[in-house]
Amino acid sequence: MNIPSNILTLIAGIILTLVSLWYGQNHGLLPIAASKDATQVDELFNFMMTIATGLFLLVEGVLVYSVIKFRRRKGDTTDGPPIEGNVPLEIFWTAIPTVIVFILAIYSFEVYNTMGGLDPMASHDMGPKQQIAMNSEGQEVALGLGVSPESEQGNNPLIVNVNGIQYAWIFTYPDTGVVSGELHVPVDRPVQLNISAGDVLHAFWLPEFRIKQDAIPGRDAQLTFTPNKIGQYPVICAELCGAYHGGMKTSLTVHTAEDYEQWVQDNTFAQADAPSESVALNTTKSSDEEFLAPYAEDLDIEAEAIAQLNHAHHH
Amino acid sequence: MTTSTEPKTNPIQDGHSSEHRERKWQDYFTFSTDHKVIGIQYLVTAFFFYFVGGALAEVMRTELATPDPDFVQPEFYNQLMTMHGTIMLFLWIIPAGAAFANYLIPLMIGAEDMAFPRLNAVAFWMIPPGGILLLSSFFNGAPQAGWTSYPPLSIVSGKSGEEIWILSILLLGTSSILGAMNFVTTIFKMRIPDMDIHSMPLFCWSMLATSALILLGTPVLAAALILLSFDLIAGTSFFNPAGGGDPIVYQHMFWFYSHPAVYIMILPFFGVISEVLPVHARKPIFGYRAIAYSSLAISFLGLIVWAHHMFTSGTPGWLRMFFMATTMIIAVPTGIKVFSWCATLWGGKLNLNSALLFGIGFLSSFLIGGLSGVMLAAVPFDIHVHDTYFIVGHFHYVLFGGSVFGLFAGVYHWFPKMSGKMVNETLGRLHFILTFIGFNLTFLPMHQLGLQGMNRRIALYDPQFQTINMICTIGSYILAVSTFPFIINIVWSVFKGKKAPRNPWSALTLEWQTASPPIIENFEEEPVLWAGPYEYGIDTESIDGNESVEEMLAEVGAES
Ligand code: HEM
Ligand SMILES: [Cu+2]
Ligand SMILES: [Cu+2]
Repeated sequence: MNIPSNILTLIAGIILTLVSLWYGQNHGLLPIAASKDATQVDELFNFMMTIATGLFLLVEGVLVYSVIKFRRRKGDTTDGPPIEGNVPLEIFWTAIPTVIVFILAIYSFEVYNTMGGLDPMASHDMGPKQQIAMNSEGQEVALGLGVSPESEQGNNPLIVNVNGIQYAWIFTYPDTGVVSGELHVPVDRPVQLNISAGDVLHAFWLPEFRIKQDAIPGRDAQLTFTPNKIGQYPVICAELCGAYHGGMKTSLTVHTAEDYEQWVQDNTFAQADAPSESVALNTTKSSDEEFLAPYAEDLDIEAEAIAQLNHAHHH
Repeated sequence: MTTSTEPKTNPIQDGHSSEHRERKWQDYFTFSTDHKVIGIQYLVTAFFFYFVGGALAEVMRTELATPDPDFVQPEFYNQLMTMHGTIMLFLWIIPAGAAFANYLIPLMIGAEDMAFPRLNAVAFWMIPPGGILLLSSFFNGAPQAGWTSYPPLSIVSGKSGEEIWILSILLLGTSSILGAMNFVTTIFKMRIPDMDIHSMPLFCWSMLATSALILLGTPVLAAALILLSFDLIAGTSFFNPAGGGDPIVYQHMFWFYSHPAVYIMILPFFGVISEVLPVHARKPIFGYRAIAYSSLAISFLGLIVWAHHMFTSGTPGWLRMFFMATTMIIAVPTGIKVFSWCATLWGGKLNLNSALLFGIGFLSSFLIGGLSGVMLAAVPFDIHVHDTYFIVGHFHYVLFGGSVFGLFAGVYHWFPKMSGKMVNETLGRLHFILTFIGFNLTFLPMHQLGLQGMNRRIALYDPQFQTINMICTIGSYILAVSTFPFIINIVWSVFKGKKAPRNPWSALTLEWQTASPPIIENFEEEPVLWAGPYEYGIDTESIDGNESVEEMLAEVGAES
């Protein structure tokens, strides 16, 4: 049992590395990823998890080892060695985190860029929309995640207007006129959500897509994503918006192209039967004050929802 | 105020004329200007509010044991959540940091009192009214917009509660500013002549960094809250979008203070840890200057990272990238500290008493908060977990695992000095073990909840999260139980504890050179700096060398 200590250290280092690499890939902490961007975020998280596990094991290992090895023995009344520092060592452990965060920053930047976070059309805050922000081509500029630079994601997106009100999400499909309390989209086609809020702050969160954007009264925000897995996923409000904030949930259904067409059909007919609603969609624009007036009161959500819809995205 | 900076001849003469002024227990209930009394007033008040805030947390966790809002109404849940957060931050951690600063700074630098004793008392006496005011809101509709109080929700959900919240934060913030002015002046002006800035205990460095943040940040918070107050009662529209105001501006102003505030809450306890570890590990602090300057670096960087709380809010893409970079850089000075503390323990002779156990507990939990913090800086990841239970897990690891563990380390370390009595180590260790288990059980699983899709600030949640929430709730009950050994220990020790010698730990900082508890004038005569604050293992060979320390003191005293 006389293994030299540097060999032991080496073995400990190898084990630590292997455990970190394994755990970084197999932590099982994330729900399924339903888009390519989500997979990228997961890879970033796994990378961070690998490093974090390594550092965790290293530091906790040092602590546990110290507690066992360096605890004061009975009868020993001496002090420890008077070591006040070690410049090379200190430079080393300043350099390590510096390098790590440098790599991490570049990696995150790349992922964020791929997600469309730096799309000039979607990543600017133009302030409250007293004057609606336009770029030179007259397109609206919003805040959030837009089209990723290299991908085709932006081509022919399905546009859905999302309005958050206490305590519901209302989805309007400008191309078909469908209005719904649930979000339905076809698989593999980019979806562009134009997000706004009718009363207080809300946040539109799709955990399975790893994306979130606050819905801010008086401001445009945007999320763009391309679902690649059929299924039903939760839509959650992630910004405190009042007592029933926890109940502000609905679902996102990703259909095959055919099923989606069917859903649109079903809903267009349903709405044609209710003429008041389709008329309501064309009413004139009203001021922000009226637009925001009904908040705070726990009105019947349905009635309020319809009132909100009259004004949503008609600027 | 000038009297205190005069040469300290008077107290010395006082000290020699054998009759000291005596400390009466009534002093603790008066407008005393003695920094030691004020320190203890701060500490006891803070602990009172800790128990209140803790009780509110237990009610919340009981509600969250099951998915339905059956134990309390959702609206009441939001009030509990807002009050818990506000109390824990503004009435527990920040005053507790000020408690240590008040008690220790003058003793550590050999001064007789703070630079502005009266101002100091004023600062303390703003806390109880602020706290009572805040608690009184429970009787007329407590605030319910979270401790962040974002408009428009905060201006439409209950006027009186919200206004009380604003007023009490303004009061507590002012108190904090007055305290910070005092700390800075005292540290710069009142050190004994021999003590240059690099032989000052690291706690003083950390209080310099803290005070700078308080002085720069708090006025901005005050401004935001005053404007919010106008929106609330005068119907102006600074932040109210309904009248053309901008709610995002509030968020910027709020976080311009409140990110630095998280360092205001942790830096003092970084300082405490830097004091506790070397004494009980019997080794010099590893890398004094690195630790000292990294406090300043953290303080500076802490001022330019605030929008990382707004990555999913009204922050344009390029700014998200900027704040990601600055936030990540903070990992460097923080890493330096953690590594230096570990290196301080390495090779020492660890006395595993309550103080050091909490110190090591601090290191091991703060580490987790720090690692998840770096993850959160990565914008693509933060977008997923922002406003979820991952965040709740993260900030409790920093605030509880960091600040509160550091605070308990400090309490056990300086209790003999403050009270003149020793604590019961067995009860102290029991307190540590229960706290450590309860804490990790409560907050570690929360990370998973957040990653999987549970948002925060909710009273009702999806049934799939029930099991993990139940674990968290059980953990929180263990935490509640863990406070009993602590309270029993402290109360028992104050009255029945073994008498503490002047320097029970054979520590080298100046506060241990005077009696326990210190005499009213702090020192019999101006203390002598005969060793650096952390020179363990050099002059003294033996740790039970109380006599030798005193002999040495006498010698040096005679020489000078
Ligand atoms: C006694 C142990 C504690 C328990 C069981 C506990 C539990 C909780 C719970 C359940 C929440 C609400 C989460 C939500 O609904 O979003 C919360 C929020 C919070 N806690 Fe604690 N906590 C404890 C100690 C502390 C301590 C020591 C601090 C600070 C020093 C603290 C600071 C906060 C803050 C700032 C919030 C956020 C409030 C908000 O969202 O506005 N907690 N805690
Ligand atoms: Cu909500
Ligand atoms: Cu922050």
